[in-house]
Order: sequence, then structure tokens, then C-alpha cells
Amino acid sequence: MSTQEPFTIEQFYKFLEQQKLMAGKCLKCGKLHLPPRPVCDNCFSEEFEWVNVSGKGKLLTYTVIHIAPKQFQALTPYAVGIMQLENGLKIPGMIQNTKQEQLKIGMELTLDFGICSTTEQWPQWQRYCFKR
Amino acid sequence: MNGKPLVSIVSAGMSKFGKLDGLLAREIFSLATKEAFTRCPKLDPKNDIKAMFVGHMGEAYEHQGHMGPVAADWAGLTGIPATRTESACASSGAALRSGIYAVMSGLADVVLVGGVEKMTHRTTSEVTEYLAMASDYPFEQWHGITFPGLFAMMATAHMHAYGTTEQEIARAAVKNHFHGSLNPKAHIQKEITLESVMASRYVAWPLKLYDCSLITDGASCVILTKPELAGKYSDMPVHIIGSGQASDTIGLYGRQSLTSLNATKLATKMAYDMAQVKPGDIDLAEVHDCFTFAELMAYEDLGFCPVGKSGKFVESGETRFGGRIPVNTSGGLKAKGHPVGATGTAQAYEIYLQLTEQAGKRQVKDAKIGLTHNVGGSGATAAVHVYRRTK
Repeated sequence: MSTQEPFTIEQFYKFLEQQKLMAGKCLKCGKLHLPPRPVCDNCFSEEFEWVNVSGKGKLLTYTVIHIAPKQFQALTPYAVGIMQLENGLKIPGMIQNTKQEQLKIGMELTLDFGICSTTEQWPQWQRYCFKR
Repeated sequence: MNGKPLVSIVSAGMSKFGKLDGLLAREIFSLATKEAFTRCPKLDPKNDIKAMFVGHMGEAYEHQGHMGPVAADWAGLTGIPATRTESACASSGAALRSGIYAVMSGLADVVLVGGVEKMTHRTTSEVTEYLAMASDYPFEQWHGITFPGLFAMMATAHMHAYGTTEQEIARAAVKNHFHGSLNPKAHIQKEITLESVMASRYVAWPLKLYDCSLITDGASCVILTKPELAGKYSDMPVHIIGSGQASDTIGLYGRQSLTSLNATKLATKMAYDMAQVKPGDIDLAEVHDCFTFAELMAYEDLGFCPVGKSGKFVESGETRFGGRIPVNTSGGLKAKGHPVGATGTAQAYEIYLQLTEQAGKRQVKDAKIGLTHNVGGSGATAAVHVYRRTK
């Protein structure tokens, strides 16, 4: 699958709105980028294609946040973690409705596309999260 | 014999660290530079100092950017090139490195490097938000991952991989508060117990309130010159014999390891190779304990103990005052305080005091080689410097 969409973080979030988790694949060296980037940090190529990535993965590490900035304070305590996707790429995010005692390194998670609830002009990024 | 001196420190200054009500960053900075000038009567600041680098993390705190010339003005040095260096919590570690570039390039024979931050007039929530700006915005901050949360995730991974316990991690807080009780410039000069750390509320599990460094106001500076000119200004300069700085991905999720900081490892190798020292040669160190767990990780990344063993190492007391390698005799970020932009050169200030026998009640006997380790963000920057006494 190859489209003309720019290989940027904005575009990554636009795809999430369409319920797609997309990475950029460098056509020269083959490196997968999540988030996508316009210039490959490995070979400096600007030629990419979009690849659809599975949202399934495993929890690499986590914490439970008790003190948060204003906009997240109402959610505390909430769990966040880094998920390693099936293809090896890593992505951080919030782990939905999960208590401390339910968290375990290695547990299976699925990325949920979530919604964008912001009223700010920028950014208008989707708040994806991880589900057990 | 160790490596050749790169530059020499001929003086140093530091404001009291703490809640300095009513003082702006520039005013605090002038207290640090005044001390450095007073300590070095042979230096004529207005004529001798040819450049200045000032570490300052955030314009959000005081609605004040462009801190280079602001700090130069209040230091009484208007006219010289004065540049703000920003590398988050490693801003003045980077200023120090920049000063070394300037002196070694031959462009400036005497350079003042320092740092400042004014933080305590803001609410904890605001400070949490400003500090988080040193982490990745689109994938970390945007999803509610706080700065303590990033170090907490590293601690979780370390506990899982090596069996490190919350109690072992807490030992670093007890030790550093003991050291802080010996430092009249520390923000908090009281000892705390292991029980009080363990009983404090969670900020980001497994890190608790007493695992976190302090929100502090403060400034610090050191004055650098060429080694061959040092004798002109000081009878007892301290040489910097190794300098390393390295970078890593801004996001924790982009890194190879979640239990060590590669930027620290790269900067350490650079500094050790230049200084021709091994971890065992280091007599004392100031390491970046923004969180207790960060100090444990630093032990491993600096080679002070084997990988995975930092919990046992801190428990052994070897890094306590009187131990084999005292770490954070100033009290560290944990007890002395962490005015983020000032931290890197405050570490250099402590090593300068120690290697010139001016550290008072916390003086480490016969220390010859010292080290500073300053981290920016969750580890996207690290600066490591190695120091040697001259007398």
C-alpha cells in the first residue's frame, strides 16, 4: 500500500482517526519507522511506503501515575506503559481501566484507536490507548 | 598517570538552594557569580572573562527567555558573548562542555559557565507540566506520561529484570538526605528515615514522593581557564581531565534498553578515555539523582558496580560519606535540590570544593579524582566530567 500522504507524525494521527495503525517503511534500507518520519535516520532516504501494523503486542514496562498535569489530574491514578508490537516496534500510551495489581510485564495488550477529545486548535491528535 | 588537563577551574560559586521567595532567576544568578568573584581575588571579572554560557531550562517559569544576556547583565558582565544553553536538566552540564569548547578552541581564555532556575513560585502541577516538556510531546506528554512516570517505567523494568526492590531504591534518598544535613547550602538539611520514604505517597509507582528530587530555586557557576593560565588566578585550581556528552532518542520508547541510559554510557566512555581513568580511580562523584532510581542506574552506567547490582550496592553503604566512593556528598538533587538549569554546575561546584579541601563537615579525605554526571530529560542528554586536584 503506497499513498501520497506525507510521512509525518500528523499523518500518523490522521490514520489513527481512520482506525489504522500505520508505519513508514523506507524503500531503500527497509527500516520501519513508528512514528513515520520524512527522512530515514538510517540511510537518509526520502522514499517510503505505508505499511499497516498489527495493534497487538506485549507490555514491556509500566507505571501508575498518581501526580499528573492539570489536564490528566481527574484520571489519576492511571496506568501507562510501553507496548512492544508484534513486529518489534515500540509505542507508549495509557492502559485503559487497569488497576496496579492487574499489570504485569509481558501481558498481552491491543491498541484501541480512542478518540480525540481536545478543544485546542493544535494539536488535534487522537488519544489512542491500550486495552487488556 | 591520568590524562592531560583540558581546562582548569579557578573559582566557583553557588547561591543558597531552596525556596528563595521574592528573587528572580537573574538575581539568584548574581549571588552565585558574586561568590565566584570573591573567591578569586586575582581575577578581574570585567576584563578577564571573555565569554559566558548559562544553563537555563524553561522560559515558562518566569516568562523569560534569552537568559544568556539577562544573566550576564546581573553578573556585571554585559558586553561579553553570553549564550543560554538548554539541555533540560543537563543545561549547565552542557554549559560546562560549551565552556570547555570555548577555552580549548582558543577563542576565549577565561569563561564563566553556570546555570539558574527559579521554580518554587509555581504550583506542583505547573512544574510537573514544565518539566515534562523535556520529554517527547506527541507520544509521551500527549498520552499523560509524566516525567516521574518515565523514570518509574525504567525502575519497573529494572525491578523485573534484576529483582531490585523499592526499599533498596529508597536507600539513596536516606543517604542523600544525610549528606544534605552536612551542607549549609542544601535546600533540606534534615535526615530522613527509610520508613518515611517507604510511607510517602506514590507519585508514579514504584516511585514515591521521597524518591523525587526537590523543586528548588538556585544558581551555580564555575570559572574556567586554560591550564597554563590557571596559576595566574588561583593557587589551587582543579583540572578537568575528561569531558563527555552524548544524546539519545527523546522518547524512552525509542531506546534499546529500559534499564540503563545509553547517553550516560557513551558520555562516560568518552570522559574516561580522555581522562585515562577507570571507574575504580574515581574517589567521589556527584550523579544525577533526579529520582532515587536514577542514582542506582547511574552506578551501573558509570561502572561503579556490576549491571543489575545497584540495589545491593547502595545498601552496602559504599556510596555513603565515609564509604569507598561517596556519591552526592552535596545532598544531590534529592536534598540539596534541583533547580534544573543550575544542577550541572552545582555538581561541578561540589567537586571543586571537595578537591580544594573546602567542603567543611562533608569533606572527603584525600580525594584526588572526582566525577560529575548530569542527565537531561529521561536520558536524551548526558554530560560526564572528570576532575583532578592539583595539590
